[in-house]
Amino acid sequence: MFIKQISVFLENKKGMLYNLTKILADNQIDIKALSMADTSKFGIIRLIVSDPEGTLRIIKSANFTASVTEVLGVELEDRPGGLAEVLGALKDSDIAVEYLYSFVGTSCKNAMIIVRVEELEKAHDVLQQHGFPIVTEDRV
Amino acid sequence: MMWNETYEAMERDKLRELQSRRLNNLVYKVYQNVPFYREKMQKLGVCPEDIRSIDDITLLPFTTKDDLRDSYPYGMFAAPLEEIIRIHASSGTTGKPTVVGYTQKDITSWAECDARALVIAGGSRSSIVQVAYGYGLFTGGLGMHYGAEKIGASVIPISGGNTQRQIMVMKDFGSTIVCCTPSYAIYMAETMREMGINPADLKLKAGIFGAEPWTEEMRIQIEDMLQIKALDIYGLSEITGPGVSCECMVQQGMHVQEDMFYPEIVNPDTLEPLGYGEKGEIVFTTLTKEGIPLLRYRTRDITSLTDERCPCGRTSVRMSRLLGRSDDMLIIRGVNVFPSQIEGVLAKYQEIAPYYMIIVSRESNTDVLEIQVEFSENLFSDEVRIMEELEQKIAAELYSVLNINAKLTFVQPKSLPRSEGKAQHVIDKRH
Repeated sequence: MFIKQISVFLENKKGMLYNLTKILADNQIDIKALSMADTSKFGIIRLIVSDPEGTLRIIKSANFTASVTEVLGVELEDRPGGLAEVLGALKDSDIAVEYLYSFVGTSCKNAMIIVRVEELEKAHDVLQQHGFPIVTEDRV
Repeated sequence: MMWNETYEAMERDKLRELQSRRLNNLVYKVYQNVPFYREKMQKLGVCPEDIRSIDDITLLPFTTKDDLRDSYPYGMFAAPLEEIIRIHASSGTTGKPTVVGYTQKDITSWAECDARALVIAGGSRSSIVQVAYGYGLFTGGLGMHYGAEKIGASVIPISGGNTQRQIMVMKDFGSTIVCCTPSYAIYMAETMREMGINPADLKLKAGIFGAEPWTEEMRIQIEDMLQIKALDIYGLSEITGPGVSCECMVQQGMHVQEDMFYPEIVNPDTLEPLGYGEKGEIVFTTLTKEGIPLLRYRTRDITSLTDERCPCGRTSVRMSRLLGRSDDMLIIRGVNVFPSQIEGVLAKYQEIAPYYMIIVSRESNTDVLEIQVEFSENLFSDEVRIMEELEQKIAAELYSVLNINAKLTFVQPKSLPRSEGKAQHVIDKRH
């Protein structure tokens, strides 16, 4: 129902992002979606990969601080207003969005977004009621 | 020029007599009024009667900062609180500060020390003294303030900070002497340059700089940039505050106010007394203090003494520039910082305590304190907001303990150097 996302802490230092992606490359891990949050002092990279548990182990053994967060994948129509409709539904149910990013899926023509909210179950039900297809892990 | 030639240029044998008499009085007083000293002396088998001359000082017990901490806040006071008219404090190795109390006579003696320093710098009734040391629990500001009042100068109690205003005041009020930390003097000089003010247009003649160790290179820089004479002053609140010793115009070491403070140099490991010219920890006995008199207080400052006669005419021994510390205390922007204080704050956050690094550097002549902390999983959140809140919370807690701002940097796990022996927690890039 939810997608497991890997979040990695990145020190604000030249080459850090490369180091991480190199480890993924060396282990043949395919990045399906990613987003990067950065401040002046550090960054957090969020990744969707095919084998989250295995990837987490690899990243941690390379001395990165990382964790798994459950997020919601939502499919939406690729037209003006598509995203606003999804967010409108969440707002009307009083659900605050912590962060969100979009990516291009491989299995459908529509746009896809990853949403992180505190109340995952509630958000899941609300979106389903509004008829937005929920994307499961295997379809990312 | 001397403020008090009787004492500053007293012949050595007469000075020794005076020191012996004063030490004898002091020992009787602390034996009677301070249980800590009575017990320590009894343990060593020393009676006040045994201390007949200043040479007998080596029979007396040492005092450490930890002793002061253990007696927090007033346990070492020799005078009743009714007679204490001022309380100052400096940071200790733990969260608790070291508290010192002054009687009226102590304040007068302290002002005497700083009056002597100011007169060396050309101070007189016609001087305008800008005191840019911080005023407060820190002894810098009020110490120089009372000294300047004693010589009848006009005092500008501007305290530290607000550099543009400092410079405006310096220019418009016609300050002739400035007192601050040496690094702040350089910062002021640089700001002046940026503001397009030519130091030659100021009335400034001299500066008395202390509260942090500095180098001969910094002196040259200050004298050159501000076109003044830059004099070093030493002190610590436990002994009295700034003015325990100060440089004369010869600029070859700081004259110890020996009629009030008796200096010894000891080996910090064995506590064996060392001779003139030998490097070691400087230890002071406060010969005239009433509020919190101390026997053989271990300053942890490494220096050496010389009894060579100074061409200035003062007969007191001189101490060299500070050469280091015999403990891990750092002096950052004039503030005492102990790594243990930082560790104490970090220890509250699970798992980050063992791996941190304190990095002190100097950026545009201001000390910068950075604390790198290895980031562990149980603190990690993938939401920026939560991470920033955590960082601000730790930084605020550090500030409340250290009283200076620290730049907190989270680093990757296992990225800080590991050592097999004693963990290396401090990198001081200033030296």
